[in-house]
Amino acid sequence: MKTLSELFVKTKAENRAALIGYMPAGFPTKEECIMTIKAMVAGGVDAIEIGYPYSDPVMDGPIIQAAAELSLANGTNAEDVFDILQATVEMGVPAVVMTYWNPIERFGVKEFAAEIIKRGGSGVITPDLTVEESIGWKEACEISGINRIYVVAPSTTDERLPKVVTQCSGFVYAASLMGVTGTRTSVSGNAKSLVARVKAITATPVSVGLGVSTKEQAAEVAQYADGVIVGSAFIKQLQESSSIGEGLAKVENLAKELSAGVRR
Amino acid sequence: MIEDFLGHFGPYGGRFVPEALINALDELTAAHESAKNDPVFQSELSELHRTYTGRPSIITEVKRFAEHAGGARIFLKREDLNHTGSHKINNVLGQALLTKRMGKKRIIAETGAGQHGVASATAAALMGLECVVYMGEDDTKRQSLNVARMKLLGAQVVPVTQGSRTLKDAINEAMRDWVTNVETTHYLLGTVAGPHPFPTMVRDFHRVIGVEARAQMLQDIGRLPDAVLACVGGGSNAIGIFHPFIDDKNVRLIGLEAGGSGIASGKHASTISGGTPGVLHGTRTYVLQDENGQTVESHSISAGLDYPGVGPEHAYLHDIGRAEYRSITDAEAMNAFKILCETEGIIPAIETAHALAGAMDIGKELGKDAVLLLNLSGRGDKDVQTAAEYFGIPL
Ligand SMILES: Cc1ncc(COP(=O)(O)O)c(C=O)c1O
Repeated sequence: MKTLSELFVKTKAENRAALIGYMPAGFPTKEECIMTIKAMVAGGVDAIEIGYPYSDPVMDGPIIQAAAELSLANGTNAEDVFDILQATVEMGVPAVVMTYWNPIERFGVKEFAAEIIKRGGSGVITPDLTVEESIGWKEACEISGINRIYVVAPSTTDERLPKVVTQCSGFVYAASLMGVTGTRTSVSGNAKSLVARVKAITATPVSVGLGVSTKEQAAEVAQYADGVIVGSAFIKQLQESSSIGEGLAKVENLAKELSAGVRR
Repeated sequence: MIEDFLGHFGPYGGRFVPEALINALDELTAAHESAKNDPVFQSELSELHRTYTGRPSIITEVKRFAEHAGGARIFLKREDLNHTGSHKINNVLGQALLTKRMGKKRIIAETGAGQHGVASATAAALMGLECVVYMGEDDTKRQSLNVARMKLLGAQVVPVTQGSRTLKDAINEAMRDWVTNVETTHYLLGTVAGPHPFPTMVRDFHRVIGVEARAQMLQDIGRLPDAVLACVGGGSNAIGIFHPFIDDKNVRLIGLEAGGSGIASGKHASTISGGTPGVLHGTRTYVLQDENGQTVESHSISAGLDYPGVGPEHAYLHDIGRAEYRSITDAEAMNAFKILCETEGIIPAIETAHALAGAMDIGKELGKDAVLLLNLSGRGDKDVQTAAEYFGIPL
């Protein structure tokens, strides 16, 4: 199973939500990043978002900021991101890149989309690209045949929501709350109503991200969403471990718990 | 008007922000548009400028300084005499009034030199708003006097320890706060960068500089200047004085960027002279970046110019050839700083000293008959410590 649409057909048939895990490329190192993704997949993560570490991550909280800073200090570049994407796809799960816009523009918009498909990736999540600025990107993704995934927020108005949602393929990324990435003690009540609003307009699957970190939260979100996205909680396992071995075991454990959670 | 309704200046500008902010940006655009055409708002703002800011600011001809600039006639637009000591107050009062108009009670701001933070804290005190200022930790050290001023004015100052610990990281942290608290909070951005409508709106609030100066030149000497000069960090004081002259095709518009140790050294903040087009902080413009699209740290002795981006309208004015941008090193700026102090009894901000150094070059190029108008964007009280260290004056 290599594409997002295949994944959501399968999870729907199994009457559950998909578990999507986020990991910044090159964190803690290139090899250990791939090992971490392997542990996530072994624990039951269904699809992977590979973060392109960026110098000015305005949508990220302290956990992802610290991970990106370390990765950049290691010298992670576009080639490394694509290598990790390819390694993930070879594990047999759909993989997408999540990136701030400037690295795409710098790499070349058409070239970036072409490289994604060449490495077996499904698509790209662009959290700071507005649909208004997407003309070139839309064309590039159509040429390469990859999914374009935009983020919608609780503050997105009813008037605007269709404009964004109709541009999405693969899934719609629903930000559960107004804020930056990070773990939270509870899932915002806004998430459920946002998902309902999106589902009223589109048949494209909807995944909820931002602040989901526990089995209970995953189970709660899986009641109404097609996918549950977890990022900071995985990174934290590595940041709080004294060895990579310990970190990998904790990551796999967390994946197992979350994976039980999404099976309602 | 050269920008389109989405805030584009040719290929530059626009909005590259999380979807969560779009609604607030739309609301702000609408508030700005309606205020622009509302005589009540406009008269409230100009009355504040007359009775609080101290507008119109005067023009001073600096004859002794001009001897170091090839003998050209040089006129300073004295934004340093504004309340709080710089041009920043023009934009801040405008946005603070808009904040009230939108029914918000809390403002957040980023600051580099601390001038924008001080101006924001001042407006918040005046209008009864809560104020939080984000400032890179390095900048809190080199501009400690302004940190104290903000605290005296009742603002909370948050030192930012991420990244390069300067202005760009303060903006990142302010954006994170804004995404989280957008319903109650207005982000009072201090320059003509950021997503639409900031570049347009902040420019509109600073146009008063150029509008006044143009009329003052006509009245004082009966002609327009040959060149208008300003330092460029994000570009707000520069666009404020440039904009009313854009249609005066014979008036050269010259922006002076911070050259740090020189563009060739890689340690500079000359975004247009030494950068490439890209996206930073929500807008497409010139950016200091590496081949992977990562922002490169800027370097300047001046905290207020130490920024790896620039307003998108400047990027456009550069590309179409309407404005020119040059780079001034730390050493050149400090030389001009000292000369202005000693020849005219005016201590400029180190930011502004970059424009003064530019005037020394351009005056020599244009010769005795030339008339230069320079935006003296701020006073140097905040820089006394840095300057004393630079010139070896014991404190
Ligand atoms: C006195 C003064 N001039 C200039 C600047 C640079 O900003 P801008 O380019 O937006 O005018 C600053 C910024 O702090 C400043 O304090």
